[in-house]
This record gives sequence, C-alpha cells and structure tokens, in this order.
Amino acid sequence: MDKILEVKGLSQVYGKGCDLCFTSTGAEFETNICPHCGSIVALHDLSFDLYKGEILGIMGESGSGKSTAVKCLYFDQMPYSGSAIFFDDTEQKQLFNLNPAQRRSLRNHRFGMVYQNPNLGLNFDISAGGNIAERLLMSQVMNYSEIRERARELLARTEVLTARMDELPKNFSGGMQQRVQIAKALATRPPLLLLDEVTTGLDLSVQAKILDLILEIQSELNTAMIVVTHDLGVIRLLAGRTLVMKYGRVIESGLTDQILEDPQHAYTQQLVASAL
Amino acid sequence: MSNGINFAFLDEYAKREIRRSVIKAICIPGYQVPYSSREMPMGRGFGTGGLQLTLALIGANDSLKVIDQGSDDSVNAVNLRKFVEMTCPGIDTTTRLQEATLIQSRHRIPENSLRADQILVLQVPYPDALVIVEPSEDKRKIMHSEADYSRLLVKLYEDIVKFDEITISHRYPTRINGHYIIDPSPIPRYDVPKLHNSNALILFGAGREKKIYAVPPHCSAEPLAFDDVPFRVENFTDSHGERRACKQCGSRESFLDEFIDEQGERVYQCSDSDYCEQQQELARG
Amino acid sequence: MTSKALLTVENLSKTFFLHEQNKVIPSSSHVNLSVYSGKLTALIGATGVGKSSVLKSIYRTYLPSSGRLLYETATGEILDLARALEHRILELRREEIGFVTQFLHTLPRQKTLDVVAMPLYRQGVDKQEGRARAAELLAELNIPERLWEVPPATFSGGEKQRVNLARGLIASPRLLLLDEPTASLDAKTTDRVVALIQRKKEQGVGMLAIFHHADLVTRMADDVVELNVPILEKS
Repeated sequence: MDKILEVKGLSQVYGKGCDLCFTSTGAEFETNICPHCGSIVALHDLSFDLYKGEILGIMGESGSGKSTAVKCLYFDQMPYSGSAIFFDDTEQKQLFNLNPAQRRSLRNHRFGMVYQNPNLGLNFDISAGGNIAERLLMSQVMNYSEIRERARELLARTEVLTARMDELPKNFSGGMQQRVQIAKALATRPPLLLLDEVTTGLDLSVQAKILDLILEIQSELNTAMIVVTHDLGVIRLLAGRTLVMKYGRVIESGLTDQILEDPQHAYTQQLVASAL
Repeated sequence: MSNGINFAFLDEYAKREIRRSVIKAICIPGYQVPYSSREMPMGRGFGTGGLQLTLALIGANDSLKVIDQGSDDSVNAVNLRKFVEMTCPGIDTTTRLQEATLIQSRHRIPENSLRADQILVLQVPYPDALVIVEPSEDKRKIMHSEADYSRLLVKLYEDIVKFDEITISHRYPTRINGHYIIDPSPIPRYDVPKLHNSNALILFGAGREKKIYAVPPHCSAEPLAFDDVPFRVENFTDSHGERRACKQCGSRESFLDEFIDEQGERVYQCSDSDYCEQQQELARG
Repeated sequence: MTSKALLTVENLSKTFFLHEQNKVIPSSSHVNLSVYSGKLTALIGATGVGKSSVLKSIYRTYLPSSGRLLYETATGEILDLARALEHRILELRREEIGFVTQFLHTLPRQKTLDVVAMPLYRQGVDKQEGRARAAELLAELNIPERLWEVPPATFSGGEKQRVNLARGLIASPRLLLLDEPTASLDAKTTDRVVALIQRKKEQGVGMLAIFHHADLVTRMADDVVELNVPILEKS
C-alpha cells in the first residue's frame, strides 16, 4: 500500500491569533472562537495519512473545519501551521513549502477539486467543454482536436450529454453542473481528488447518481479521495475511513463501519443516533 | 531652447527613467515594465506612450519616421512628427524607412524588414493581453509571472468552437522568448510574424496604462495557436483564389487596405504608403 | 489440536459507553477462543451473550475494550487486530478476512452479480471474470438467473442471505466470520450452503461462525466455544 498524502498538525486561524487560541477552543470549550483575541480557530492539529485509491471521509457540521482542511490542501488558502507531504510518484512534496508556481502546477495536474458550489469550480462564462479544455491546456495539451476528444470523453464518462458540451454551464441543472465539475477535475487523471459537499443541495435521485459516479471513478482509476460531508449516508456509501470533526478538531477517527456502529465520542454517538 | 522647453520636451530625469525602464524591458523580453508616464501636451490615447519613448531615445543624429496605420501623412502622424520637430531642434524627419533610425508607429510594422541600427516604437492602447480574461491587475501579474496563460488559450478554443477559426484580427496574443505573452498593440495578424527574430529593437509604450515592454532583436515571438490549428495571417485572395494587388503599385505582397472608390467599386491599396511609393518609383525606373 | 492457530482471541471484552445516558453496557467479556485453517469454530451461547460482538470486534467494526486478537497473516506476521492500524485492517478485509453478516449491506443500485464479485474487483480481478465467478456461485446457491442483473434490494430474506454468503465466500478469504449464515433458509437450501461451507473448509479457510440451530453446529463445527453472560467489571 502506497501512501499518497501525509498531513500533520494542520491548523488554520482566522484573525490575528494569540498564544491561547489553541488551548482555549475546541470541543471541551464548545467553541472555536478564542475568548482572548476573538480569532476563529477553524482547524487545529489535523493529522492523517491517505493511501492510494482510498476514500477518506471527513464528517462534521458546518463550521467544524472540514472544508477548511480541503481548502488548505488545495491551496485555496494557506494554513496557519502544520505540514502536508504529497507523495507524487517518486517525489515527496512538502505542500506548504512550495512556491506559487509549484502549487499551481500541483493544483492543475495532480489534484482535482469538486466544490459544493459549482461557481467555484467552473468558469460560467465559458462552455462546459471549454472548462475542461482549460485544465488540459494548463497541462500543455496543445492540440485542439485532442482537447475536443478528451473533453467529449470526460463528459460522456460523467454522463453529461456531449451534444451540450459547447453550452455555458450556467444553463445546466445543479446535478449536471456537478458532473461537469467532476469531469473537469478528472481531466488530468489526478491521483488525488478532493470533494467538498458535492451532493449537498441536490435532489436525492441526482445525489445517488453522483455518488455512484464517484465510486465508479474510484474503482476505475484508483483515485484517492477526501470526501467532506455532513451527510452520514454519503460517508457510509463512500468512505473506508472517517474523521469526525467538531470545533476545528478531529474528535474521533476510525474505520467507517466502526464509527457508525461503535462511535466513541458523545458527539458522534448523538450524530449516529439522530441519523434517519 | 529659447522658450525654456528642454530638448525633446521631457526633462532629463523623465528621460532617464524611461531609458531605465527600456533597459529593464529589453532584459526581460515581453515583461510590462511600469513607468511614471508623464503628462504630455496632448490627450492620452493619442500615442503619448510611444511619443515618450521616442523623446527619451531621440538624439541630434537621429532621423525619425512617424507612421499612423501605415501612412506618414495622416493627421495623427503629422502632428506627432511636427511636435518632435518643434521640440527636438537638429533632428531629421523622413518618410523613407531606409533613412530612418527611429520609427514610431501605430497599428502597423513597415512592410520591408528593419535593420539592426533601427528602433521601432509602437504605440499601445492596452498593454496587457490578459485583460480580456482577468479584470484584476494583481491576479494578471501573478498569471504573467507564472506564465499561466491557459485562460487565454481557452479563449482561442472557444473561438474555434464558435467560428471554426481564431477570430482575433489584431492585438494577437504573442509569446515572447518562451515566457511572457504580450499584446503586440493593434497591429494586424499580418504583422505579427515580423516581431519574430527581428533585426531591430521593437519597443512598446502605453502612455495611459504607464507600461513599457520590448521585443529585443533576434528574440522569439510566437503567436498563440494550437498544434493542429496553426496561426494564420490575413490572406487577401479574391473569389478566384488569386492574391489581390495594390491598385497603385501593383504589389501582391503587401498588407492591403480596402476602399470603395467613387464608382462604388471595392479597391485595394497598400496600407504602407512609403512602401507603395517606393514600389511605384522602382516601376518607373 | 497441535497446529498453529490462525486466530487466537485472548480475554476479549467489549463494553459500550453511552454518553447520553452515562451508562456502561457490557457486551461480551473474557472471551477466549482459537480458529484454525480448514476448521470451523462455532460460537454458542444464549441470546445477549455477545456472540455477534465477538465477530464484530475481530472485524474491527467494534473497537475491542480489552484483550488481544492475535491473527497470523498470510506472510506469517502475528498482528493484534484490536490495535492494528486502520489501513492494515482495510487491507486484511480486502485480502484475507471475510465477514458474512446477518443483513446484507450493499451499495444501492448495484447489480447482484457485481455485489457478489466486489471482493474480487477489490483484489484487481476484471469485471468479466468477476461476474463469471459470481454467476457460478449464485447458481450453486440456487439464486434464479433472472435476479442476477438486478440489485438485491427487493430480494426476499433468504435470497439476500445467499447473496451475502456468496459475496463472503467468493474470494476465499483465509479467515471467514459467519453470523447466522443460514437463518432464513429452507432445509434444501441450507444443505447447499452447508456443502459449500464444507468445501471452503477443505480449501483451507478458517471459520468462526454463529449458527441459529444446534444441529448446524453439530454438522459443521470442529470446535465449539460457549460464551458466558457478560459481566460489568469495575474500573
């Protein structure tokens, strides 16, 4: 089994921060706002390993820090402290020591991100095919016919009508927009895919199809994924292992079936007990 | 000067700053060097960027040619030329390319190739090729520094999707020395290949946007294109597939302007008036 | 028995702490047992003595509270399943340890053939071969062919149970945990299942099983372990 990502002590603070931030927030204080300086401790001391082809779930309610974690890993924001090593074939990359060009290169070639809000992942002013083309062009694919062909394949794979590939994604339904986002994220066949609440807000039947698609992709391409969600059902379906977060901290982690059948932390027990 | 105006209008400090920026621009081909564009006695947008470059570079031994859309005698060219003549006593002006050491131009690069001892100054309205895809200058600067031009390429992709060809007619994004992509000023596609491996130094001045950039001599300049959809220049062929000729000089090799004559007929003639005249002189013997 | 045990459970206890009610619930206590390759160990005891808890603790669906679960891996390493890294457990689940639970948990919308072949897919077997082997096993377990291409969600209890069993047996794990694998089957089908389990035993699979009928224990068990009512220990 090959490790693909090793995250250690990842923390994020919004605000100026103080020496007491980390020791005065968290689950036992039932807040992530530092009472001394008013900063928000969005994430503290997140550590985990991710292996090739594995799906890791990060579960928590809004404000628990789960999205902050993936946004740091995708360089949407730089963390306050902590490290993350990406094992890229033979190379090890310290994510937060990279320069902006190296970060952009990883984002474009090796990582894929699917956001809850398609607005963040797609450029609504260019066609669905153009969105995929952008990612391919970033990877120096400079042949127009090849780009067309790859975009068509990806959209077909994610079950977007290829007849609509030259339409603007803003004319698409929410589920369709997510499919285009997934196609775009997959364009460079990244070994790591980050999924941030990708099914939230979609109709149940559409959710189911997106989840099926994610599983199929995982088994076809052996893509490692981090799935961030507040939905126990999504975790149950997708993740082999799960981290449960609250107030920016991991309060419990384990095999997904163990988290669901033998939760240890009071919060997780309550969460599992209240699931439908 | 008796009226108290310095040679070449600009004070020496201003000239020195512009020259420094020019040197930087030459050292980093295609990079837009910011400079403190001075107020000139004409509206911004009338070639003040080009003019400041010209004034900072011109010396008593120079011979200046000013072109506007290929022509030496359009109002804009005449005014700029007169201004330089007035403020730079002792310099020569000319309309002949071969006689010029410094050429300031708008929208065209002369038909005949430039020499190593010549400098071409192009007036630029919008210096940044990325402005069509990214409104924030901060972000554009980062994109330039990282040579992140994929969004510009997407624009080309969308063009081909919609129109089956790249429709950009002027300001064609061109990659200089393998890194920076420039807006080569509103020259037609036809002139873009002349940037590549040029004998002469080519400078770009944007007065309103306060930017100077350069394509140094013998530097690569590649118009953006796809491997299988190559860059093409305007072709000037008629409905029979034949190359149109200039009605004045008969050249079939120049960039042509289209007119409607008094009879209502479409006629074509060289956009480069100096070239056209010289062709006619040659023909007369 | 002289051969080396595949799995040795030493003094396993499992308790649950319910935060909401601030209550400790004992589930199984001081369990000792061994499982050998090619043999079946049956867990017996009254309802509520924590038979299923033992299986779940071995599979790590439950976190054991105390005790050791020493498992000898295919490479000869002795691993305490109670403390092994999660990735290691996932790897063992994929390669070596199978679990047939009482209820069929499947991905919705997945064809029965794929449900059954999933353990093979996870080991890298391609779809075509996986489906062929799944079909063979489903036929042997008397699941009508018309059901193979539909998801098992609408199947009867007995059908679901056989699908579950087929999935647990298809990859021939080294250790198989069986939780009432024949509970809802008629006599004829039970016989087929018994035959299949016997064959797997002959192939060397070590099994730990809970049966709902004493006669099944007699028919199949090489070893019987009786669990006692769990007691609450003082901490």
